Amino acid sequence: MKHTLRNIFHSSKFVVGFAIFMFLLVMIIVYPLINPGSPLEQIGVGTFARPGTYVSLYDAVKTTPETLRIQDADEKRMANALTTEDKVAMLEWFSAVGVDVSGLEMDDSEGFLELWFANYDESAKPKGFTMAKRNYYKRLNRTVLDLQTGEALVVADPDNETGELVKIGEIKKTDYVNVGQVTNVKTLPLGTDNFGRDVLKELVGATKTSLGVGLVAGIVATALGLTMGLLSGYIGGIVDDLIMFVTNLFTVIPGFILLILISYSISPDLRGPTTVAAVIGFTSWPWTARSVRSQVISLRNRDHVNLSKLSGHSLLRIVVTDILPYIASYVVMAFILQVSSGILSEAQLSLLGLGPKTTVTPTLGLMMNWAMSYSAHINGTWWAYLPVILTITLISFSLNLMNTGLDQVFNPTLRD
Amino acid sequence: MKGYKKYFGKKILWFLITLVFAVILNFVLPRLMPSDPVSAITGKLAAGMSDAAAVREIYEHYQEEFGTNKPMIVQFGIFVKNMLRGNFGKSFSQYPREVSDILATSVGWTVALQLPAIVVGWLIGNILGAMAAYLRKGFDKVLLPVSIFFGNIPAFAMAVILLVVFGVELKIAPLAGGYAADMIPNLSWPFIKSVISHYQLPFWSIVLISIGGQAIGMRSMSIYELNADYVKYSRFLGIKDSKIVGYVFRNAMLPQITGLALSLGTMMGGALVAEKIFSYPGLGSTMYKAVLASDYPLISACTLIITIMVLLANFILDIVYGFIDPRVKAAQLD
Repeated sequence: MKHTLRNIFHSSKFVVGFAIFMFLLVMIIVYPLINPGSPLEQIGVGTFARPGTYVSLYDAVKTTPETLRIQDADEKRMANALTTEDKVAMLEWFSAVGVDVSGLEMDDSEGFLELWFANYDESAKPKGFTMAKRNYYKRLNRTVLDLQTGEALVVADPDNETGELVKIGEIKKTDYVNVGQVTNVKTLPLGTDNFGRDVLKELVGATKTSLGVGLVAGIVATALGLTMGLLSGYIGGIVDDLIMFVTNLFTVIPGFILLILISYSISPDLRGPTTVAAVIGFTSWPWTARSVRSQVISLRNRDHVNLSKLSGHSLLRIVVTDILPYIASYVVMAFILQVSSGILSEAQLSLLGLGPKTTVTPTLGLMMNWAMSYSAHINGTWWAYLPVILTITLISFSLNLMNTGLDQVFNPTLRD
Repeated sequence: MKGYKKYFGKKILWFLITLVFAVILNFVLPRLMPSDPVSAITGKLAAGMSDAAAVREIYEHYQEEFGTNKPMIVQFGIFVKNMLRGNFGKSFSQYPREVSDILATSVGWTVALQLPAIVVGWLIGNILGAMAAYLRKGFDKVLLPVSIFFGNIPAFAMAVILLVVFGVELKIAPLAGGYAADMIPNLSWPFIKSVISHYQLPFWSIVLISIGGQAIGMRSMSIYELNADYVKYSRFLGIKDSKIVGYVFRNAMLPQITGLALSLGTMMGGALVAEKIFSYPGLGSTMYKAVLASDYPLISACTLIITIMVLLANFILDIVYGFIDPRVKAAQLD
């Protein structure tokens, strides 16, 4: 046993897979401790807030500022305030007064401003520019100048009795507050989804549920497959014929289609994650049964099994002590594959709208379905679907890597 | 030839038995659903009507039309009779369109997409796997982890990634559908061009994911064969390496055909979901719409058609396999 374990942990593939899987496990255990609460709590009112750190504007205004004189602050501010529309208008002006704009990139706002201040002349009357157009440019110039020279924003509060605004303070351009001192700061590493939920928190919750679904599906499928395979292989005769008939039937009738039919038949109120997992397990046992059966048949007539039979040991004892240990490694590998395909099946079902109905815990498939229904992939809101895809792929990659590693340990011909 | 007759007879019998079970499952499972689709239709039609008798009338009319008021066994008889005539009843959600009418178009799209994609993916995967087994060393070291990784990207994820990279970011492929939305299917050149440009992404997403699994399978089969006694013996005899490799890969290839037959169902399932991501007008998208609308004649017909397609593909593979590898036929007859 110790030797086998050491061998397993010498396989680089197994170790890499194991490490990835452990990382995911640690994440789903530790993260909820850091950031407790329901994974489906809606914190955002809008949809798809970008990933980043959010600072409460209200609290920031009330925090005592420090004065910092930073060289390029004004330039940055102006560059940020300049819209594409403004830039296009500026380009039109430049071409009208004959300024060389080659080498000016659209996103180079500072370059635009520099050229603007150098070339704009309020009294100039370029050919073809109407009065209205010239006025537009005057307003644009004032906006740009305001950005540069404007003093401060006034903070006002309506008086309780008269409703008049009373100035309670002002924010200068050189005022800075320390993020650490603002009372309310919320970091959303993966932004929010279409319902305004914290994606990272949701993802961790979903990973936990999906792993649970995979585990239940794997246990159901492996238990059923093992039992059927043992019965069919060891007892033989009519039991074998019957089980093999069912197994053959379900290897040609696609399991996924069966899964769709069964999931559809279960009423939505009863379709929780556990039910879906059980159904997945129930539709995927046949190939485990098949392989277990063929292994058992090759073991059935070995000397040690015959000896046990002659000694009058019970069926259960023979199976447990003389057969199971020989196929244990195989069963573990089959179990790992069942877990991984169970997680995938759940995701696919959810994408077809047949996933678990839930208001408490999300699953990876449901997250994916929500993101797709709200066209996250077309809107460019990558944080709503890319982490989900990555998590599903990592789970199934790590499980399969472990499986390949085990396979190479137990089947020496496959070793590198 | 006598052996073949028996082998084919057995395969045909097995095909028919699975077909019967598939039909029974397809009939029974959706009808276990507790919600009543007829009342859903009636609800939609009778919205705003205050006359209870009229609503009742509508309800009974549709109950008669869909046959949901008869006992299960009678319904099954009608279902089989109609099915043999290619009549799957009327769709609930797209009433009064015939289900067979809806399916006739989507089956074509699905077959045209999935059949070439799965075959191409299978071929590329096998070639890569065989090369990994034969060359070993560097190629194998890179190929195996890459194949495992690619083989583990779910079909829908691959579809989304391709869609975002080539459709949204690079803008070189259309975002959705099987042809441009402003076109009516016909046999003109612009339409064919539009179909081909819409075909690319779904096709490659299916090819890419099927390569991984096939390459891994072929690699282990080839390694197993390369270590077999007949290879060692041939080497002692001094037979040319290229000739031995030819034998080895032929032997390793054969189980891969069975592998393809076994994984066909899974592949189709994944590809159906990928179709939905691309809004490809095939069975996957049709089924998604049917699920959303609780349209059980349509769902049941979709699953039945897919099952029959898989059964048929399996059957054809079995027959082909019997011709290629005489050992199988012999083994089946024992």
